[in-house]
Amino acid sequence: MHFVQKLGAVTLRLILRMGSMGIFLAKAAFYSVTPPLKFSLVLKKIQFIGFQSISVIFLTGAFTGMVLGYQGFNTLSRFGSDAFLGPMVGLALIKEMGPVISALMVTGRAGSSVTAEIGIMRISEQIDALELMGLNPYRYLVVPNFWAGVISLPLLTAIFDVVGIFGGYLIGVKLLGVSSGVYFGEMVSYVDMSDIWEGVFKSLNFGLLIAWICCFKGYYTGYYTGFGAEGVSKATTQAVVVSSVFILVWDYFLTSTRLFF
Amino acid sequence: MIKVEKLYKSFDGLEVLRGASFSVGKGQVLALIGRSGFGKSVLLKHIAGLMQPDSGNVIVDGHDMASLKGRDLSRLRNRLGFLFQSGALFDSMTIFENVAFPLKEKTKLRENQIREKVIYQLELVGLKGSEEKYPSQISGGMIKRASLARALVEEPEIMLFDEPTTGLDPLTGQSILNLIDSCHKRFGFTGIIVTHEIPKIFEIVDKVAMLHEGEILFEGSPEEIFSSKEPLVRSFLSGSIQLSKGELESGRGGEDIYDVDKRDS
Ligand SMILES: Nc1ncnc2c1ncn2[C@@H]1O[C@H](COP(=O)(O)OP(=O)(O)O)[C@@H](O)[C@H]1O
Ligand SMILES: [Mg+2]
Repeated sequence: MHFVQKLGAVTLRLILRMGSMGIFLAKAAFYSVTPPLKFSLVLKKIQFIGFQSISVIFLTGAFTGMVLGYQGFNTLSRFGSDAFLGPMVGLALIKEMGPVISALMVTGRAGSSVTAEIGIMRISEQIDALELMGLNPYRYLVVPNFWAGVISLPLLTAIFDVVGIFGGYLIGVKLLGVSSGVYFGEMVSYVDMSDIWEGVFKSLNFGLLIAWICCFKGYYTGYYTGFGAEGVSKATTQAVVVSSVFILVWDYFLTSTRLFF
Repeated sequence: MIKVEKLYKSFDGLEVLRGASFSVGKGQVLALIGRSGFGKSVLLKHIAGLMQPDSGNVIVDGHDMASLKGRDLSRLRNRLGFLFQSGALFDSMTIFENVAFPLKEKTKLRENQIREKVIYQLELVGLKGSEEKYPSQISGGMIKRASLARALVEEPEIMLFDEPTTGLDPLTGQSILNLIDSCHKRFGFTGIIVTHEIPKIFEIVDKVAMLHEGEILFEGSPEEIFSSKEPLVRSFLSGSIQLSKGELESGRGGEDIYDVDKRDS
């Protein structure tokens, strides 16, 4: 094929794909806010995406905080300002590390199985079966994940932040000798409500993003990735990769434009 | 009631349907026969509105399926039952929950009424005692019967069956055909049965259509098909009948017929 033709074909495909992703998001959003809501399914998904992620978030939060404690102390003490360890750990966690790492962990832990579950339902015609009953598959399969993502992510991020701050405390105060009053005192005076809002806003975005991409990839298994077990495994891999990349890109976008906070 | 007009459909250059046309009157049951891989399932999915034709029309009860959307589409689908070739049971639910699902989600029946209906339906398809099993824990034949129960429990006006007896032993297969027949007598659905059960199926249907290379090669009554002069129809019929005799003598299941069918197509 001619180079220009190829380029055109690729561009067209990309635009089409983006279009269908956009339509998918619009539909999911519409069905999320209009009744009837399958409340029990939402709870089930919160249990899966949120509750079952707590241990992972706890572990990663603790170690992220601890390593921030070390690195922060090392850097700050070069300038003799290790008193600012508290605000540094706090701000780094609340504004960036908390939302981003939580989102990445949830993508790996829950996002992949969301895609696999919906993808298997697609290739085994269970989604068609729902549709043939006159029921809306979005309401049963997609909407619960959207709500669960949007509700769970901020809560998980909060857990991550708190555990991380105590991880930093453990290293900074208990091990390296920053005074406890200074660690928390400076943190309280330097961390604003707007910083916390930034973190919450980001985690809301990421929750939506994960649900969107992982549900989309599952829902359209077969259309883009081929059928069968291989189609599902490809869709799952793509969902994790695309969500992770989007989380980081979107994080940069939100941080740099400061449109929302 | 169901009218298929000059249906064309291809997948990535593979022409599956090439101008298929036929019709089924209200309350009639039609057997759709033909070799495996010739697009019978695809045709059925067009009638249910799961696939959109490249050209041609599917008219169900006066509605053009291609242009039906949203609420109108779900209203029509509420009157339609579909038995998937693969069963398509919800694998996160037990057999009982699967059959109860459409009733629970769409009707205002009380829990014990639903229970009663579901148990009755499962008894009819011979699945009593397997209510609490999951689809992954039962055999292919049982999956088929469970999904038949799920399709019939709503007593739909239109029933589409995709190979309801394939993969079942001859006795169970016969009992499923009897069940379909008795349901038809009880609530008089309009139906299409995709099947390889020749000649057994001719006892319970009003009409036969044979799909060959994307077109309907024959459409008429079971009596007429035996007097058809078309060589392809004759050879398909005699081949199928011989196979099914062989099956009865050697006691082989329907799945084998399907395989032989596939091999020589
Ligand atoms: N969703 C699909 N995408 C691509 N090809 C398909 C699809 N569904 C069916 N086909 C093809 O259409 C042909 C007819 O399939 P099918 O209707 O399942 O045959 P059968 O008559 O055995 O039911 C097959 O060659 C199959 O590969
Ligand atoms: Mg088929």
